[in-house]
Amino acid sequence: MKLTDEQIQRYSRQIILPRVGGKGQTKLSEAKVFIMGAGGLGSPAALYLAAAGVGTIGLADSDRVDLSNLQRQILHRTCDAGEWKVESGKKTLQALNPEVTVRTYPERLTSANAREMIKDYDLVLDGSDNFPTRFLVNDACYFEKKTLISGAILRFEGQLSTFKPHANGPCYRCLLPEPPPPGHVPSCQEAGVLGAVAGVIGLFQANEALKEILGIGQSMTGRLLLFNALDLSFHEMKVQKNPTCPLCGEHPTIKELVQYSLSCPTQDIASLQVSPKTPDKTSQEFL
Amino acid sequence: MLESEAEVRRRGEDQSGFHEVGPGIAGGEALRPPIDRELDLKGKVCPYTFVESMLALEEMEDGQVLRIVVDYPPAACDVPQSLKREGYEILEVRKINNTDWTICVRNRPFEE
Repeated sequence: MKLTDEQIQRYSRQIILPRVGGKGQTKLSEAKVFIMGAGGLGSPAALYLAAAGVGTIGLADSDRVDLSNLQRQILHRTCDAGEWKVESGKKTLQALNPEVTVRTYPERLTSANAREMIKDYDLVLDGSDNFPTRFLVNDACYFEKKTLISGAILRFEGQLSTFKPHANGPCYRCLLPEPPPPGHVPSCQEAGVLGAVAGVIGLFQANEALKEILGIGQSMTGRLLLFNALDLSFHEMKVQKNPTCPLCGEHPTIKELVQYSLSCPTQDIASLQVSPKTPDKTSQEFL
Repeated sequence: MLESEAEVRRRGEDQSGFHEVGPGIAGGEALRPPIDRELDLKGKVCPYTFVESMLALEEMEDGQVLRIVVDYPPAACDVPQSLKREGYEILEVRKINNTDWTICVRNRPFEE
């Protein structure tokens, strides 16, 4: 693909990067990324992916913009309150970069539509705010052999990993085989989150997506990053493929998508299952 | 293998339509490297002179020589410096008339 003068101007700062170049820019413009959730994580991720010239971005979210979202969901403006988040997000992304095609899915991800929704994309970013969706996204990515870049936040902490079971890496269920029982994890409105923490983790998701598309750097597959905003500390744990994983293990028990019910329908924040202080434990020891 | 000046000049003209003026090639003093491609960046300013040079090199074979023509004075200094920093071999920088410079650079493999 020959870059136009306008594209050369728009992307010049990344075209001149070693191992990006015009070829990398073309990879970006041909890439299709599905973002689950146009909220705290999806917002910064989508903005940076659009700015970098990722050609097609799918935005899925069944909610409308609420004033309480604006503290962290930077795709949306005060005047967007009441609008579908995916439509508000599309407007913002296209104003930033009209070259990007934004496809919108103003519906909840279900076991009936999940595989169909993601199958046309190269890469999936999970910025969802509840466990049922998180497990659905993971399982759908496993069955469709899509790389999943997973981010989660709560209060002052965040976590990040990349799941590539199709490339011999672990999946989300290797880390957490089943959703935690209702009440086990603090609910959304009780918990709270610092907006900038969503920004940090969402941007890491965008960063990992760009690396996966360009095929550069060290992937986060098999690694779990833990971020603490109060200490400004990062810890990293190894995540190993779990041979007894119910989805991608040696004797899988999950053969099709499972629909879990929402334990907290108003849940607004992606929940952390882990809050380790020891960086060198494996996920299995940790769980 | 070294090519004659005339061959170099003819090839440059055939590929890019660029016609060199002034004392540049006609002088016939030192032998110039064979040119595989010419890139006319007259009218372009930094950093696009550098960006477009990189894009052209990326499309060329390892070891081939690109001759870049610029008329933006800072580019005559900055483009060779930046290319050198990226690991390219600068073969020659030459003022060819009152307004233009040519920069000859040898390509290296693109790191994917």
